[in-house]
Order: sequence, then structure tokens, then C-alpha cells
Amino acid sequence: MSAARTQSFLWLAQRASAAVLAVCVVVHLATMIIAVRGGLTAAEILARTRGSVAWAAFYGVFVLAVAIHVPIGIRTVVAEMRGGHSRGVDGIALAFGVVLVVLGTRAIIAVTGA
Amino acid sequence: MTRETDPHRTATLSVRVWRGGGEGAYAVYDVPRRPSQTVLDVVTHIQRRIDPTLAYRYACRVGMCGSCAMTVNGRARWTCRTHVEAVAADDALTIGPLAHLPVIRDLVTDMREFFDKWARAKGQFAPTATRREEFARIVPESEARRAADAAIECIGCGICYASCDVVAWNRAYLGPAALNRAWTLHNDPRDGARTERLAAIAGDAGCHACHTHQSCTERCPKKLAPTASIAGLKREVARAVLAGELV
Repeated sequence: MSAARTQSFLWLAQRASAAVLAVCVVVHLATMIIAVRGGLTAAEILARTRGSVAWAAFYGVFVLAVAIHVPIGIRTVVAEMRGGHSRGVDGIALAFGVVLVVLGTRAIIAVTGA
Repeated sequence: MTRETDPHRTATLSVRVWRGGGEGAYAVYDVPRRPSQTVLDVVTHIQRRIDPTLAYRYACRVGMCGSCAMTVNGRARWTCRTHVEAVAADDALTIGPLAHLPVIRDLVTDMREFFDKWARAKGQFAPTATRREEFARIVPESEARRAADAAIECIGCGICYASCDVVAWNRAYLGPAALNRAWTLHNDPRDGARTERLAAIAGDAGCHACHTHQSCTERCPKKLAPTASIAGLKREVARAVLAGELV
């Protein structure tokens, strides 16, 4: 696969993940506001989310979209700070993506794990 | 009577002009202010009446050739069509070479990198017919012809290139003018190198590097919209990638 083709796919992946994130962020914020305004405690929220396949699936998609979207943006930001693209820049972006997956997965397990 | 409407006023402009190459400094010149004076008139006055060693470029003086672009009070402008009264606040002007290009001397930049990137973006027409074939019939109202028309009047002045932040941050970036040129050719049904051109302008150094700041569109003296051309290229590259045309 040519570099131009790979980079075009990265651009497409960032746009597609942004579309998913737009929905996820709205659902996430609305849920938080409803839960807090409804006066639910942390324990009551966890009682509803723990063991829930639906919430685990929702936040799984959310974390996946973040882990795709953010490193592609970081790759551009770092490249522009360093004056150009390089393998090192790709490595930094990839490492950032791995960190996001690990932290996101930990959070999902904490909130929805049985 | 205000200064702008007084035809007899003999005000003097204080003009700071870049002297030297990449390393240099601004020198200050006093230039008499005249009615309908352009920034190019000011530079010409300095060279002909004050210091003949001042280097600058111009040719047509009527906004056609694209050779007189300079940085005027911090913004890239075509100096032959920029009136002093529109830009000289407090009778002061600061004139420098275009940004993002190596300075040869004074107000003259080395434009090679700018035009080399047009070549890298495959900015040449690739013919598919010879003189023995019939004339191609291009419907003026067709979508492609209208897209090309909207972008085709570029005079290659380099103002968009000097105004683009991405050019400063990413030295490989082809820049708005080269991508705009590629877009006009992509919309020419007679052209035979459209897939190769899309491959040349896709990716980190091409259309995908554009952040849509629209500085090029805001400052283009011909009122073109390179940002729209680049957006069109992004759409076309996406289509070509998904269709498997780009390998």
C-alpha cells in the first residue's frame, strides 16, 4: 500500500471516528447530566452500570473511537511541532493510542464489570 | 477637510523596507504621499529616487502577472493593486519579502520551492488526444467545468503560500496554489493523469495536511478559494481510495 493511500485511509478513519464520537459524547453528557440532576449517588450509578452489557458495549465503542481519532490528530500535531512527518512521530502517535486503549478499557471494566 | 480628501496635501509616508537577505534589517525611507498611490509606487519611488540598490520584482503593474507580491504591514498583498490609503495607518508602511520563501535580496524571494511544488502536484496538463482528433466538447454548464472555472484564474503570486500556517509548520506541504492547480486539472475531462495526480496530492504533504484555516481564501487577490479546491480534492481522494483506484 502506498504512503498516500495509507495516509488517505488515516484521514477517512479520523472523519469516521469523529462522526461516532459526536453521538457518543452527546449520549455521555446527557446521561451524566440526567444522573446528577436526578440525585443519583456514585453507588446508585454503579449499581445500574455494573454487569450491563449495553453500557459496556456503548463505552467500548466510545473508547475505540477515541483510540482511533486522537492518535491520528496527535500524529499531525507532533509532526507540525517537529517540522515534518517521520517514523518517530508515528511511534509517538501509536504509543498514545495504546495508552488510550489501556486507560479506556480499565475505566470500562471499573464501571461495567460485574 | 480630512487628509484622505485633500488633494493638495503633501504628507510624507514613513516606509520601513527590508534590506538584506535572510539576515538583514529594516531601513526607513521618507516617501512623498500622492493621490491614488500604490504600494508598488512607493517601492519604485525608493528605488528610483533614494536608493537604486533596492531589489524588488514587478512586471505588469495591473494585477495580471503575479510578480509583485510582498508583505505589507504584516499581510501578503499584491502591491500593484494595493492603494497606500487602504493600508497605511498613520502614514506608516512596513514592506518586507513574502513569508515562507527564502529571501534572495531585499524584497525578492526565491520562488523555486513554490513552483517546484506545482510540478510535484502534477500541475501540468496531460493530453489524451492529438491535433488530428476532433475538438473536445466541454459543456460550459457542466459541474466539472464550473469547478475548474472557479479556481482557474490563479496568477501564481504566492500570496496564499505566504499566508498559509501549514506551509510554515510542514515544509513538505504542497501549499494552496499547487493544490488549487491540481483541482482545475482534475476537473478537465481531457486530462489523462487524474489518478496519478490524486496519488501525488494525497496524504501528509498534500490535501490532507490542510487545516481549513482559510487564510489562502481570505488573502487571495483574485478572490479564489483554494480551501474549497482542497476540500474538493479530499472528497475525490476519498472516493478514489474507497473505489480502489488509488493503490
